[in-house]
Amino acid sequence: MQNYNSKFKINKDFNIVIVGVGGQGLITLLQIIAEAALSEGYDIKSSELHGLSQRGGSVEVHVRFGKKIYSPLIPQGKADLIFGFEAQEALRGAYFANKNTSFLVNKFIIPIPLEKSLSEEQIAKTLNSIGKRVVLLPAADICREKLGTDVVSGIYLLSLAAFKNLIPINPDSILKAIKKIIPEKYLELNVKTFDLAKKAKDV
Amino acid sequence: MLNKSNKKIILLGNEAIVRGALESGVQFVSTYPGTPASEIGNTFFKIAEKAGVYFEFSTNEKVALEAGIGASFSGLKTLVAMKNFGLNVALDALLPFVYTGTKGATVIIVADDPSCHSSAQSEENSRGVAFLAHIPILEPSDPQECKDFVKLGFQISEKYNIPVIVRTTTRVAHQKMPVVLGATKNTKSKIQKGKFVKDPKRFITLPPRVLEMKKELLDKIEKIRNLSEKDTLRINLNSQKTAIITSGISYLYVMEALNELNLSLPVLKLNFFYPLSEKRIKDFIKKLKKVLIVEELEPFLENEVQRLAKEANCKLEVVGKKLLPEIGELKPEIVTQAIAKFANKKYSPANGRYRISVPKRYPQLCPGCPYWLVVSAIKKAVDTNKVIFGGEIGCYMLFGNPPVKLQDYLSCMGSSAGIAHGIKKASGQKIIAFVGDSSFFHAGIPALINTVFNKSNPLIIVLENETTAMTGHQPHPGAPVEPNGIKIEEIVRACGVKNVKVLDPINQGEFIKTIREFMAKPEVSVIVSKRPCIFVKK
Repeated sequence: MQNYNSKFKINKDFNIVIVGVGGQGLITLLQIIAEAALSEGYDIKSSELHGLSQRGGSVEVHVRFGKKIYSPLIPQGKADLIFGFEAQEALRGAYFANKNTSFLVNKFIIPIPLEKSLSEEQIAKTLNSIGKRVVLLPAADICREKLGTDVVSGIYLLSLAAFKNLIPINPDSILKAIKKIIPEKYLELNVKTFDLAKKAKDV
Repeated sequence: MLNKSNKKIILLGNEAIVRGALESGVQFVSTYPGTPASEIGNTFFKIAEKAGVYFEFSTNEKVALEAGIGASFSGLKTLVAMKNFGLNVALDALLPFVYTGTKGATVIIVADDPSCHSSAQSEENSRGVAFLAHIPILEPSDPQECKDFVKLGFQISEKYNIPVIVRTTTRVAHQKMPVVLGATKNTKSKIQKGKFVKDPKRFITLPPRVLEMKKELLDKIEKIRNLSEKDTLRINLNSQKTAIITSGISYLYVMEALNELNLSLPVLKLNFFYPLSEKRIKDFIKKLKKVLIVEELEPFLENEVQRLAKEANCKLEVVGKKLLPEIGELKPEIVTQAIAKFANKKYSPANGRYRISVPKRYPQLCPGCPYWLVVSAIKKAVDTNKVIFGGEIGCYMLFGNPPVKLQDYLSCMGSSAGIAHGIKKASGQKIIAFVGDSSFFHAGIPALINTVFNKSNPLIIVLENETTAMTGHQPHPGAPVEPNGIKIEEIVRACGVKNVKVLDPINQGEFIKTIREFMAKPEVSVIVSKRPCIFVKK
């Protein structure tokens, strides 16, 4: 898998944009990534939004790690990975993409009130024309079917990203961070989600 | 948050502020919640008892500051936190406090929100208050500095008996990074008592003493300026003729941009916005041909440098808002572009091709929110084209977004009823004014009394959901931690309002009937719409 000989797996900053709709748990995912990156010795910066913008509106959070990070915001076109918790929001997040960017997107549409939703085909086509590696998968459906709830879709996507080498962090570090961040009550469900992603990594 | 020291943990800017206060031995903390400052109160709410710190959510920011002033006068180390608009509310109490000065060291946190991510009403730049109040303002750029500057603020306050503002912005307050922890001083789990010792010369601002106090204040500021001179950071010690002056979050974007452009321009980072490091700036600009001032919003710093350049280097070209926007927050790509232009370096952003048009997704009331029931009743009860709807600050300001669209004006906390009264007097048109429960206690009551005293007849709907929902579900006087808060309907009646009903909006029929009945009344009417927020735990 990865080369663990050097202290860091990456020489440049690694930039992750997470996009979705307020209330989908984006900040929890950000916390897990930050904690996992810290455990691997990286410097970290992240930026999130609270309050008004969280109430079901478009939400975009940033997390960056590397040797030394200054700005908490990722510059336009500088994302290495874009997590889309919602497919239409993933398109909005393309502002941060370049031709080497990977997309990992929940094939899941939350309609925008009074607007016609974009079709999954349209979204897939557009994303494929932008990024290098585009993974669109029904994480919400998978989690609902196998675990009985889709609240863990984000954890599923993140775990999958680690197993698929879309993120230069050891899956073990992600699991440790999940155990540190997720409250005791929900931990078992989240660990199960991580295991589910492990089994699905080759899909 | 409490015990570990010499460790590096990931903290949000606001959490780092709490930690900085604990490491300074803070004893008294008061706040009114407001994004992007809310997590300061939320964190203290959780840990205060264990840390031996007195903590309260006050009724509004002015009252929070006044509580803090009382604690400081009694010798306690005090922290007061608020968002920018809270500072406006508290301003009346702030100015005399800077004159009297502190007894217990006092730090005031003010969080600005450039781009108005979580703010209606205006894009406020609270740095301006320095010119009005002569209060020192420190500007951290990241969570580590949030912690360090709070400690510095307490030290300055301790030494010069003056309150100090630590001003953050959204991208500082809601930024996370690993922060190195120091030892906390709050080792006692018992809340410490202060003592107010009578000292009229110190605490009474009556003239002619007040003008002596102003003189003392201005003297203090010059002493603190000496500290400010030493507390700047110079990066890239070469002697180029072009350079950058910056502070706060903008500093991080400058460093990002210089790396991206592979430039090594000298940078002067200011930690104090007020009093400004004038000597240091003059020294820095003396031999320059041009300097770029990188700051968000109004060109306060640019104007100051312009002024100093007249004395230090009158040929200096001072560039700022010519290359940077005055509206909206800065972003790394904006700063990179500005610096590239300033330094005549070619730069094209990584892409501009992927700005895909997706319809705007507005924030919404939560599914199951009791406010939907109020909206539904109103839409059935009245012709919404013929009624004016007064909005206010809270979740219900989302009434302005589609599909609800029940909002014809929106201003500050407590203003829906105040403005409704004016419209009524001026035009006699039909009005429904919304006010949340926390807003009602914050600033709604004087406006309600005014409708009685000066006789107007709007319908005021108090949306009682038993929490301060928008900012993260903090308690308020009507819904304190222990049950049985102050009853809003009793206050309304005591203000002299005759038409008052407490209704659960789930009873749509009665709600609709009451709206119609109250709209026809010649005096002010109040419906207290009582149904808890879906996040209130019972």
